[in-house]
Amino acid sequence: MGTVAPIQAIAILASLGFLALIVNLVRKRRLAEEYSLLWLLVGIAFVAISVFRGLIEQIARLLGIFYAPSAIFLIAIFFIVWLLLRFSLIVSDLARKNRVLAQEIALLRLEMDERTGVESAGEVEKP
Amino acid sequence: MRRGDLLIIVPAYNEEESLPAVLVEIREAVPDAEILVVNDGSTDATSRVARAAGVLVADLPINLGIGGAMQTGYRFARRRGSSVAVQVDADGQHDPREIPKLLAPIREGRASLAVGSRYAAPSGYRSTPLRRVGAALLSWIVSTLTGVAVRDTTSGFRAADRRVIDAYARLYPVDYPEVEALVYLHRQGLRIVEIPVVMRERRGGRSSITARRAIYYMAKVPIASVIGALRGRERP
Repeated sequence: MGTVAPIQAIAILASLGFLALIVNLVRKRRLAEEYSLLWLLVGIAFVAISVFRGLIEQIARLLGIFYAPSAIFLIAIFFIVWLLLRFSLIVSDLARKNRVLAQEIALLRLEMDERTGVESAGEVEKP
Repeated sequence: MRRGDLLIIVPAYNEEESLPAVLVEIREAVPDAEILVVNDGSTDATSRVARAAGVLVADLPINLGIGGAMQTGYRFARRRGSSVAVQVDADGQHDPREIPKLLAPIREGRASLAVGSRYAAPSGYRSTPLRRVGAALLSWIVSTLTGVAVRDTTSGFRAADRRVIDAYARLYPVDYPEVEALVYLHRQGLRIVEIPVVMRERRGGRSSITARRAIYYMAKVPIASVIGALRGRERP
């Protein structure tokens, strides 16, 4: 591997830090289970790339990419676009569920008003 | 007539100024009807003035936009077992005295949805050239996709039979839904008819349509309509 360049040291430290952050978020249950594995893999990939400098070159050669760093860009962009699409799907689903819940609340309150004959005065607590 | 057999749905977002007069007019025009105001998370006294008028009020805890508010009304209509639901804007643009005109084709079984059109009749309604171009484009899209000549595609003055109530309770488009809602009904095999009505200027409050939103609308609606046509018949 040869001598460790300053940038490599920084990269290793940063990716280890990222991995530690992910582990901690999972540990505190702040990151939902379904994403924890994904992000752990990303963190491990970061560490691997920064420790083994030749890794990227090998991947680039395998893919037939002459300029090794563009292999990183290619993989990163694909990954990010895929992730964004996934998040858009999740947000759409949450918005739909949220809408249904709001409608149900409004209709249930109306039903309650009708049954009790007492108006809830139309005051809605703002979140 | 059974309670709630005819339901008038009035979606309202910050319409405290115009709503009371509209509700009085609806009562006069269709005394047998049950009236439901869907308060779409208003920040003004919309809910209070509606309750003061003695109508049913469904208060949405958050602002859902017109699509989500309309669907609330249709869900209520389905639970109520209403055979006809009429949607009337809260801003006073729609003249409740025209409601019987919209009801006629539904009661006679000529159509499942009757759309009140401001363009199909000479009226005092003022429009800008740009608006007319936009309206013509939307009309062309709907006519092409459904084979029904609807000129006022964005009109929110509509009467719906039980099948439409059912379809809309299950699924109602969000985010500028008027045009998509028509295309969706057509895909469900339901018949739409356009009825000429006279529309007025809004009574109070202000329109939510700004230049930027109009541009977004004109981009979004055609795309959404074409995608909608690709969906085929669906059972959500």
